[in-house]
Amino acid sequence: MATQVIMPKLSPTMEEGQISRWLKKEGDTVSMGEPLAEIDTDKATMEMQALSNGVLRKILVKEGESAPLGQMIAVIGEPDEDISQMLSGASAEKAKSPSPAQGETEPKSEAKTEPKAEPETPAPLVASRADGNGREASPSPSAVDSGRLIVSPLAARMAAEAGIDLRDLTGSGPGGRIIKRDIELALEQPKGGKPATSPRVTQLRAVEPRPGQQFGASPYRDEPASEIRRTIAKRLVTSLGPVPHFFLTTEIEMDKTVEMRKSINALDPELKISINDIIIKVVAAALLQHPQVNASYQDRAIRYYERADIGVAVAIEEGLITPVVRSADQKSLSEIAAEVRELAERARNRKLRPEEYTGASFSISNLGMFGIDEFTAVINPPEGAILAIGAVSPKPVVRDEQIVIRQMMRVTMSCDHRVIDGATGAKFLKTLKKILENPLYLVV
Amino acid sequence: MSKQQPSERSPKTEKSATGVMDEEASESAELSTIREDHQQAKQAQKGRLGGLDRETLLGLYYKMLLIRRFEEKSAEAYSMGKIGGFCHLYIGQEAVAVGSISAIRQDDYVLTSYREHAHAIAKGMSLESVMAELFGKEGGCSGGKGGSMHMFDSKVNFLGGHAIVGGQIPLATGVAFATKYKGTDQVTLCYFGEAAVNQGSFHESLNMAQLWKVPCVYICENNQYGMGTSLQRSMSFQDIAQKACAYEIASEFVDGMDVLAVREATERAVERARKEYLPTLLEVRTYRFMGHSMSDPGNYRTRAEIEKYQQRDPIKLFAASLREAGVIGDKDLAEIDSRAKEEVDRAIRFADESPLPQPEELYTDVYAAPLEKKPS
Amino acid sequence: MAVITMREALNQALREELRRDENVFLMGEEVAAYQGAYKVTKGLLDEFGDKRVIDTPITELGFAGLGVGAAMAGLRPIVEFMTFNFSILATDQIINSAAKMLYMSGGQFKVPIVFRGPGGSAFQVSSQHSQALESWFAYFPGLKVVMPSTPADAKGLLKSSIRDDDPVVFIEQERMYGNKGEVPEDPDFTIPLGVSEVKRAGQDATIVARSLMVPVALKAAEQLEKQGVSCEVIDPRTIRPLDIETIVTSVKKTNRVVVAEESHPFCGVGAEISTEIMERAFDFLDAPVKRVSGADVPMPYAKNLEDLAIPTVDQIVAAVREVSYLE
Repeated sequence: MATQVIMPKLSPTMEEGQISRWLKKEGDTVSMGEPLAEIDTDKATMEMQALSNGVLRKILVKEGESAPLGQMIAVIGEPDEDISQMLSGASAEKAKSPSPAQGETEPKSEAKTEPKAEPETPAPLVASRADGNGREASPSPSAVDSGRLIVSPLAARMAAEAGIDLRDLTGSGPGGRIIKRDIELALEQPKGGKPATSPRVTQLRAVEPRPGQQFGASPYRDEPASEIRRTIAKRLVTSLGPVPHFFLTTEIEMDKTVEMRKSINALDPELKISINDIIIKVVAAALLQHPQVNASYQDRAIRYYERADIGVAVAIEEGLITPVVRSADQKSLSEIAAEVRELAERARNRKLRPEEYTGASFSISNLGMFGIDEFTAVINPPEGAILAIGAVSPKPVVRDEQIVIRQMMRVTMSCDHRVIDGATGAKFLKTLKKILENPLYLVV
Repeated sequence: MSKQQPSERSPKTEKSATGVMDEEASESAELSTIREDHQQAKQAQKGRLGGLDRETLLGLYYKMLLIRRFEEKSAEAYSMGKIGGFCHLYIGQEAVAVGSISAIRQDDYVLTSYREHAHAIAKGMSLESVMAELFGKEGGCSGGKGGSMHMFDSKVNFLGGHAIVGGQIPLATGVAFATKYKGTDQVTLCYFGEAAVNQGSFHESLNMAQLWKVPCVYICENNQYGMGTSLQRSMSFQDIAQKACAYEIASEFVDGMDVLAVREATERAVERARKEYLPTLLEVRTYRFMGHSMSDPGNYRTRAEIEKYQQRDPIKLFAASLREAGVIGDKDLAEIDSRAKEEVDRAIRFADESPLPQPEELYTDVYAAPLEKKPS
Repeated sequence: MAVITMREALNQALREELRRDENVFLMGEEVAAYQGAYKVTKGLLDEFGDKRVIDTPITELGFAGLGVGAAMAGLRPIVEFMTFNFSILATDQIINSAAKMLYMSGGQFKVPIVFRGPGGSAFQVSSQHSQALESWFAYFPGLKVVMPSTPADAKGLLKSSIRDDDPVVFIEQERMYGNKGEVPEDPDFTIPLGVSEVKRAGQDATIVARSLMVPVALKAAEQLEKQGVSCEVIDPRTIRPLDIETIVTSVKKTNRVVVAEESHPFCGVGAEISTEIMERAFDFLDAPVKRVSGADVPMPYAKNLEDLAIPTVDQIVAAVREVSYLE
């Protein structure tokens, strides 16, 4: 039975995709899960996997061409199967409203006994059933395998209220069901949330080891914005636009940091720690000491993040993207260095997944390598601030009433005044400066 | 080796197994207390006229005739689709309800089965409310919720109308128990067909009734057929009155085609109940001229059998007795008949005009204390 | 308040209502001279005499129907079934007569009667003596069904049932007759029918339990508390009319429900509660409602098999963990 391959939804905001490259050509045998094509979305180039077994019979959208979500872009079938009817339906298909589900099947010739393409069958994907005595039946396939979204009614409602796209989430319930705690995770909620939720269960979850890389945004807590805060926000927005920026600049003596970097890299040339990697780590450490800065302005609440997830602006050919180093405060410098390198590499190749470039709690932008001494950066909403980092260069400074040469670096923090005030930002920068000027603080 | 083969069965067994009774079998079903000879029956009945005044006699006659006309009109209305569901007619048995209920007071209780239009009317319920109930109308005695099988009227202590065979027998026993408990001298009449005697509820009730001495008169209306199955084919020992011996209860066989015989037997039983708190079982032998219900094909009995019993029509018999005794003339009979017809026509008109129950009524009367809202 | 057994609490309720209303009488097998097969009616014959405390023959259909008739004629009978297993013989009168009389008489004849006795499992009394029949009776509009889980509830609810103008099926639990608890002595103490009680407040999951399962659920909740899961335990107490509001309110708070019941699962009260929750609080559920029911088999005799057929603390704990995604 032939199967349609449709343009899948690969990012939360994707409406159409461009075929960057077909990884199979017509006549090739494909099996389920095998990469079939690379698709350019609005944000990244993603691999699309085959959802059925068979032969790639027909490619309908050529490399470089685009198709809206849900449109048939190819047909997988058996070698000698008649697919003309399906192809004739393809033009009509284009007119139909797109559906995010993949691989809809059309009943076709039934006489075949060869291994058939596995059509998507939504019915059995419903989460596990119970028998007459209430015992669990055999586990059902996961939501990820099926492409169908399985979500608890509560989680669906919570997601709708919070404006979360469920497709961005990985369900942790049976069969990949997205459940309340997944939404809570997505909302980055720390302990002590609304009384109506279940703090104890949250705590249980929080102490569970979470192997591997952390996906998704940091847990957080929302605290209602005070009346004065909301008035300030309203007036500033009137004056300065939706995100009222202000800027704080400071100059940091980087000699000890530069020295530390040299010492570390001397240990092992493979480490290749950059000054920027150290700044990421220090920013994260400083953020944890200043939670008011690790925050964002929501409509009626100030959102305080539990982790320091640092967005690192990476210049790519088409512009700018900010991959996120999750929990940078908890990672070693070598981990950060490796991760930034890897993320930047994939960013340049447009291979980042959506969850890898969204949901930072704070961002940094470094133009030092371009010889820029000082600049201001634009906040990436809804983050509360971004730090613009200039070049480290030797400058004459006064120390103990004497002019000496020091490795100086100027940083400017752009702050969202709705959530961060001048003094708050200044205190954060003071901590940042203290650590960078004496990086031993990182280990005490 | 001695196992009987089907082929060895006697022709007679096979025949009765088909469910069709021949003339001969029906003959054997005839009951001794129903006098075969019209003249003999009339003589017996005339002997009972003596103690009763003309008004009482005419009242009995009128009630029987009224019920006959009512049932005829019910059949007509049923065929016109005005009455739904089941409709069990009482034609042929009028002497039983009228004769027995004439022997009790208004505050005495009556409970019966689903063939109960006559008992309701005899107990004093208005024809209008009974007919409107058959029509499923708001003006019905049960507000249109009970129907032909569930007539009730608290004003005349008519406690239903029960449609599970024998179900009313324990209920009536309980009503009688309650009157004794409260120390009143009320009596309860409990009617049921002969087929109900095969139910456990009959035996359980009679046992308790005598054990606890409750003032209940159990009136078995033996019309010889439980739906389409004759007594002979359903009861191992068919002298129902004698079953009372098993419980040491007083009992009588009564000619159910003689309204005065029924009345007299009931009077004896009621006195026993009222004065001594003792139950009685009356086996009143009668015959229904119509089918079990309006949808009865009637293939289980012969035309000849029906005609034979129609010779003993209780209304014809009573009319003849009264005429011969000089209580009543042809002119009176005609006048009584037109009065009965008029009263039934009025009931039909009332039932026709009565509105359907309000839709809200669907949810009323489920609970006396609904507890729909939890107290705050 | 005195601490007494459920058996004594029921006895108090009967005694107080017999004293209060001359129209109340009690009948059943062995209720009088024998002093009650389970001693619930102990001493009542002595105080009230054989007019009002009546030993019946073993004739369940008969005396159930007699009770309904007496109720129609103005009395307030309390009909004891030695166990509810025997009420099966009387269901014609309970269902065809008691439940429907008011309706089919167009509101003319109410039936203020209580059918009471122990139901559910006892101790190794096997298949015909261990049945939880509440779903049978609760199915029928016209009947009220009550199942107490504490001595105080037993007393307060039985008194309300006797005073109620509708037929009430009052199912006790033989295993609980000896359970002790504080019971008010005030003769005016009653508990209204149709009101659930939150037996334990909690945040993370709701356990709906009735009768025998209430103490089991409370034990499970204690264990779960130690595991960091805070459970709300709700006892509906009246199965019909069911106070679903209290349950739904709780579900909206906890988002997770386990229904614990001794009865068979199929077409049971738990199935009904589960459906009500689905209909009224679908968007608040984080997991499907989970039932913990008695085994779907006739009750076996052997002790080990009987134990397997009755829901346990562990099963409820596991079910709560499952709906909380902790497994």
